[in-house]
Amino acid sequence: MRYLPKSPADREAMLKAIGLRSVDDLFAPIPAEYRLTRDLNIPRQMAESEIVNFFRQRSRENGEDYTSFLGAGAYFHYRPVIIDSLISRGEFLTAYTPYQAEISQGTLQSIFEFQTMICELTGMEVANASMYDGSTAAAEAVMMAVRLTGRRSVVVARSLHPEYREVLATYATHQGMPLLVAGFTDDGRLDLKELEKSITPETACVLLQSPNFFGTIEDVDAIAEIVHKRGAMLVVSIAEAVSLGIVEPPRQADIVAMEAQSFGVPLGFGGPYCGVIATREKYVRQMPGRLVGQTVDKQGRRGFVLTLATREQHIRREKATSNICTNQALVALMVNIFMNVYGKVGLRELAKQNLAKTAYAASQFAKPGKVLFDGTPRFNEFVVQTTEDPYAINGRLLGHKMVGGLPLKKFYPELGNAALWCCTELTTRSAIDTAVGVVAESERSVRPAREEAEEVAR
Amino acid sequence: MKHTPRKATLQVNQNEGLIFEKSSAGKAAWKLPPLDVPEADTAKLLGASERKDLGNMPEVSEIEIIRHFTRLSTWNYAIDLGMYPLGSCTMKYNPRVNEAVARVEGIANGHPYQPESISQGALYIIKTLSEQLIEITGMDAITLQPAAGAHGEMTGLLMVRAYHESKGNARKKILIPDSAHGTNPATAAMVNYAVENLKSDSRGMVDIAALASQMNEDVAALMLTNPNTLGVFEQQIHKIADILHAKGGLLYMDGANMNALVGKVRPGDFGVDVMHLNLHKTFSTPHGGGGPGSGPVAIKKGLEPFLPTPVVTTKSDGTLTFDYNRPHSVGRVRAFYGNFGMFVRALAYIQANGPDGLRQTTEDAVLNANYIRKGLEGTYDLPYSTPTMHEVVFSDKLQLKKGVRTMDLAKRLIDYGFHPYTTAFPLIVPGALMIEPTESESKEEMDLFIEAMKSIAEEVEEDPQTVLDAPHSTRVSRLDETAAARKPVLRWKPAS
Repeated sequence: MRYLPKSPADREAMLKAIGLRSVDDLFAPIPAEYRLTRDLNIPRQMAESEIVNFFRQRSRENGEDYTSFLGAGAYFHYRPVIIDSLISRGEFLTAYTPYQAEISQGTLQSIFEFQTMICELTGMEVANASMYDGSTAAAEAVMMAVRLTGRRSVVVARSLHPEYREVLATYATHQGMPLLVAGFTDDGRLDLKELEKSITPETACVLLQSPNFFGTIEDVDAIAEIVHKRGAMLVVSIAEAVSLGIVEPPRQADIVAMEAQSFGVPLGFGGPYCGVIATREKYVRQMPGRLVGQTVDKQGRRGFVLTLATREQHIRREKATSNICTNQALVALMVNIFMNVYGKVGLRELAKQNLAKTAYAASQFAKPGKVLFDGTPRFNEFVVQTTEDPYAINGRLLGHKMVGGLPLKKFYPELGNAALWCCTELTTRSAIDTAVGVVAESERSVRPAREEAEEVAR
Repeated sequence: MKHTPRKATLQVNQNEGLIFEKSSAGKAAWKLPPLDVPEADTAKLLGASERKDLGNMPEVSEIEIIRHFTRLSTWNYAIDLGMYPLGSCTMKYNPRVNEAVARVEGIANGHPYQPESISQGALYIIKTLSEQLIEITGMDAITLQPAAGAHGEMTGLLMVRAYHESKGNARKKILIPDSAHGTNPATAAMVNYAVENLKSDSRGMVDIAALASQMNEDVAALMLTNPNTLGVFEQQIHKIADILHAKGGLLYMDGANMNALVGKVRPGDFGVDVMHLNLHKTFSTPHGGGGPGSGPVAIKKGLEPFLPTPVVTTKSDGTLTFDYNRPHSVGRVRAFYGNFGMFVRALAYIQANGPDGLRQTTEDAVLNANYIRKGLEGTYDLPYSTPTMHEVVFSDKLQLKKGVRTMDLAKRLIDYGFHPYTTAFPLIVPGALMIEPTESESKEEMDLFIEAMKSIAEEVEEDPQTVLDAPHSTRVSRLDETAAARKPVLRWKPAS
């Protein structure tokens, strides 16, 4: 086996040194009746070339040459080449959690820089080293608010990513945390009146997303005022990190739970991604996940260590803030490099291009269809309502090697024939025009038929 | 120095400040293509929501970023440099073909919501890996959704809870041996189960009599790591399973140590009902400085209705689909389908090995650990003489007489060119040295390790201060962790 660095003679010599006759003796502690006496029923060893061919074939079956208008929590942005050059260095790729600080300063310093940049971007004071993803970060942030307030009930915006809501519901099930959902209004934002009514003295926090699932930007200041007036905490989820380049961050939030996938992490069919939690300094001891802090060595030289470990499972066991152990360090490194590449000016310019493409696309889609929540500030996603079922429209688009917006019926039946479209800096004007053309054509063919049917019905 | 390390030699490495200290206005590492649509009027589009300032985000050029991270990288130890014997972490070689195939266009850029008709490649990967992991574990069904081992534990216990609820009683507690990983009790708490400690016997195994007396209808499950954290296979595993099952309890296996078992014995065959795997341990996906991991959970038939949604199934026309219609599911534990990129790597690893390679891998892992055990027995105290599998746990008892503890020995090992073993765990061994070489080490590398450990033991006798002050060869000496925790500095701030 090509990954194993031993010759048969090495194995013989080692067995002899141990004082054993055969390798079977090493497995003697396993009761004989359970030992496997056959080969595992899996395919034979494959050559590297065969493995590459296998995955190239899978790639071809996986829409590798389609143009996509999908977003909804997973965004297709350009990934600068140096991200993979740098994360492929074995010293980053094949190291583990930096428990031994003296030989892990590379990982530790880069996490410290990551924490700093996340603070700068979110307007928070401290950020952790990463969480699994945006959905679990949101759930963990809510549990953190429950610990901090001593209250148990949670209000969740219906405009939060539906799968994030599902994850929170799973986490909350056995924590005795009642979840209330607050709806959205015609402008595609959280219904403030409903919010006000939902918050009780038992409400630990309100969780919302901004830009929300529809791409519209919530009025975080107004929401924060309502939430804080009642002694609850505000948790803001950010699923599209690029928005932070041009959209004011939720500075009034108590906890920000982010998904940083947009910053240089491949779509990868949904993972691995990079969650992060950021918060106020005074709440840091209830924050889950790893944290890197600055300190000095015996000679007074600057160095970095994992710190505040007394929050964590390996010290606190069942009293820990979370069971989280491994996080997403290598993915956080991709995010880190991306933030360095674009930096203070580039992130804004990048976000502006997303804004411009989306504004153009929304104006074009408004001709054949109806763009919902128009007039409310949005970032790079928008909802298009059509006469025809979006699944049918998407079927036609596939013929043009295009993937249309995400049909919303499954998550928001009240919106009817609606789909969530996304444009990034990589979306071309010609792709937008083609998609709009297909939607227009599809609407032309469906509308008369439907009007006729309605006529008959009347 | 009398004891000269054979494995490593000191070399100059580059200094490098924080990236913020290199930043200055006007430098850039980016270039966007010209816009093909009208420029956005940000004030009009965003109004009060427009952000005007990005604070202290850096402004640096591309070469500076390359040098910055390359320099930082040289301050890290890594498997690619040498043996990384962290017990319970299974730091094995990360094959590079895994990285190559994870970056193939349609795999790297597949969107989780793209239509199933153009997602058949990804679905096939999920299905194939699922089937192979089921065969390897001897279980009946699996979910790949959990993002890491601890996340898998949570998912597993959610299913345990749902199973008991379906029988009319969720039960109250989880039994956890005193040798268990900290994630086990932390997970039980997250699923609102009480934790009851289970003592180990004098051989480092589950005390069967204690288990029998603690087992009752309040116990939902026993969370057992097998081989346990001492590297000891629970020889009475069938009795353990029988005791649990007789009272309606379930046997949960923490699969952190599956590298000792693959191809030799299957948990599903010895009575396990639920278990998680760590793809970043047993199945070679890179640890990446602490993630991403992946923690699939394999189960027996009776728990299948409770799997997280969605589940990949085959339609009547032979194509693959996600099944979301699962009324008894525990729900979703993560958005989308889990750490798919890790599935790709794990599958490539299994393909490269085949049945014979996986078996040889396990045999070599166990052989390596026992070779180290033999080599260091006598030099270091072995608290349990029970035969061990893929890892071995010594204690610092002999060195403590000179005031030298496991962490000091570990720090000195750094000077010899090795990453330290796991220190001070498992908790049942005071001053533990937990060593797991994995199959990836050659005889030569392990001989160097044994030699280094013996040399350090001699130093403890002759000159303990050298060991207590170690490491001597690193960029920074021991760092003040107390100060770091007392007045946390968790981010850089510009000098004011």
